[in-house]
Amino acid sequence: MQAFTVHKGLVAPMDRANVDTDLIMPKQFLKSIKRSGFGPNLFDELRYLDEGQPDSDNSKRPKNPDFPLNFPRYEGASVLLARENFGCGSSREHAPWALVDFGFRCIIAPSFADIFRSNCFKNGLLPIALDAAIVDDLFKAMYDNEGYSLEIDLEQQLVLTPDGHRIPFEVDGFRRDCLLKGLDDIGITLQSEAAISAFEAQHAQRFPWVFQTLEV
Amino acid sequence: MGQTLYDKLWHSHLVEQRDDGTALIYIDRHLLHEVTSPQAFEGLRLAGRQPRRISANIAVPDHNVSTLSTERKAGLQALPDAVSRIQLQTLDDNCAHFAIPEIPLNDPRQGIVHVMGPEQGATLPGMTIVCGDSHTSTHGALGALAHGIGTSEVEHVLATGCLIQRKMKNFRINVEGQLAPGVTAKDMALAIIGAIGTAGGTGFALEFAGSAVRDLTMEGRMTLCNMAIEAGARAGLVAVDDTTLDYVRGKPFAPVGDLWTQAETWWRTLHSDDDALFDREITLQAIDIAPQVTWGTSPEMVTGVNGRVPSLDEMTSDTARDGLARALDYMGLSGGMAITDIRPDVVFIGSCTNSRIEDLRAAAAVVKGRTVAPSIEQALVVPGSGLVKQQAEAEGLDRIFLEAGMEWREPGCSMCLAMNADKLKPGQRCASTSNRNFEGRQGFGGRTHLVSPAMAAAAAVTGHFVDVRDLPTLAQEGAA
Ligand code: SF4
Repeated sequence: MQAFTVHKGLVAPMDRANVDTDLIMPKQFLKSIKRSGFGPNLFDELRYLDEGQPDSDNSKRPKNPDFPLNFPRYEGASVLLARENFGCGSSREHAPWALVDFGFRCIIAPSFADIFRSNCFKNGLLPIALDAAIVDDLFKAMYDNEGYSLEIDLEQQLVLTPDGHRIPFEVDGFRRDCLLKGLDDIGITLQSEAAISAFEAQHAQRFPWVFQTLEV
Repeated sequence: MGQTLYDKLWHSHLVEQRDDGTALIYIDRHLLHEVTSPQAFEGLRLAGRQPRRISANIAVPDHNVSTLSTERKAGLQALPDAVSRIQLQTLDDNCAHFAIPEIPLNDPRQGIVHVMGPEQGATLPGMTIVCGDSHTSTHGALGALAHGIGTSEVEHVLATGCLIQRKMKNFRINVEGQLAPGVTAKDMALAIIGAIGTAGGTGFALEFAGSAVRDLTMEGRMTLCNMAIEAGARAGLVAVDDTTLDYVRGKPFAPVGDLWTQAETWWRTLHSDDDALFDREITLQAIDIAPQVTWGTSPEMVTGVNGRVPSLDEMTSDTARDGLARALDYMGLSGGMAITDIRPDVVFIGSCTNSRIEDLRAAAAVVKGRTVAPSIEQALVVPGSGLVKQQAEAEGLDRIFLEAGMEWREPGCSMCLAMNADKLKPGQRCASTSNRNFEGRQGFGGRTHLVSPAMAAAAAVTGHFVDVRDLPTLAQEGAA
């Protein structure tokens, strides 16, 4: 997992409440065998005018000219500004996979759905919950200033605005640590390798039949 | 103080307890299928990791497979759905690449992962068992701690042999007395969900106990534990007893000789101690349980076959009224209607809930000498595995189904989730032995009524829901 310490990036809007995981990543793409490559289909139903299929050539599909992520001014955005209850719905990890694949590193919203938030952390994507009024101010500033960027300092837990505001945010200590070090759950568990090996040795003594190879 | 069965399984697999309340749990068995594993394998590849312990894993294709004999005979490469074909091919490729044992498509042992595991003895008492599928709770019937996991966790288990978990609470559900003839484990499961609701088990490991549970066969116990997830619990459990050991003995991957003796000594301890404390406990009387039929779009929307669909004016809150109105609208039913007046268009007998030999026998016993009612558009019987299929054919059950006008298919998940070609059409109504009646579950716009195999068979031959206990005296629809 990519570490997250300080990130500065262009901000793009997803200006509606209750964006669900179906909207982020429609179900026809779940038959995919990959964890990468979902970026072109992020918000598929909003970004394109036709219905996307897993085998569509996205470069040939008609784009929705009214959807902000299609505006040139938001090209290359890596910070998504959103409204409350972002990521509600199913537990599909395809949603954060698509956001990361598209290039987002951070989502700022007044609130997030539970499972989605935990899936974000597992994929190096930082969800920051800020007061609804502050998010509203950020939306205004972003709309008023083309090229509006924010700097996120995870170490200090601060969002830094171009006009010098320092906005503090909360984040779970364990999750913050993982992001700062770029450790995914697997990386963390592997730090317990000695304990696992020791356990495994006594487990194999006690329950040897569990360790028989399965010859199919 | 004594321990519950769940406590014993937890503590015997606890690698590390952490201060933040999480724990590292050792995983004995990891079952894989084609849908939730590709991204996990890709993750391993990208990180340059290997599966930690090959012997923990076993894979089988099930969700996407065709159940048509002609398509199966033609082999994977001939499967018409290209996207499914790639997903199935990817499982084969990944298993070959990482040397993970896989039971391939046309092997007689192939079947729904939750049927295959116990049948092969890959599932054993006392194990921790995970699979990227929520119905992994099924395996708890053998006194194993078994639950579903997500794709990141599939990768985690492959790479580390462990899972990060928080301990669940203990909930014991006792069913005492004797089930009436014609009432099955499926009815017991649905009645429990009706009693505690689909969130009733959230945060708990459910232990099913009491004389009616002890009297169940292993097949019945698997049906019961299978639906623990529909009651909101990730894991369901039944204590180990002679029924369990008799089932496991002689299974291909079960221990033999001295290892068996050693295993049996441990397995015999796998029950809750008399003085164990449960966070919650309820008791139902088996005799109160009638054959169940769900009428709505959640498994808790269920009643006895002689009951009625609830009506809006019985609801006490706006939320309840709204929920009911939406369900009735989707299901195309009116409040107050008798369950026995509901007429399915399709009958599906199969899924990891009810596709084992005992289920097929129960359905065949009802169908025998009768024919499918003229109003039934399709009646599918899909055995849970190739071995179940062989056994059923050896007993002549396939003939009974075919002569009645039903289809006899190849093993797989089939119309349980409609990821292959077996789907309901919009508006079609199905009497189904599967486990979920959510909107669109069996096909876009499809309407699902969950029932036992005997009840599904009875609906097939009469054209409407009927109390299977009355069937011997009922005339067949269309018969003179
Ligand atoms: S039969 Fe249905 S519930 Fe069971 S594993 Fe297959 S899709 Fe899931």
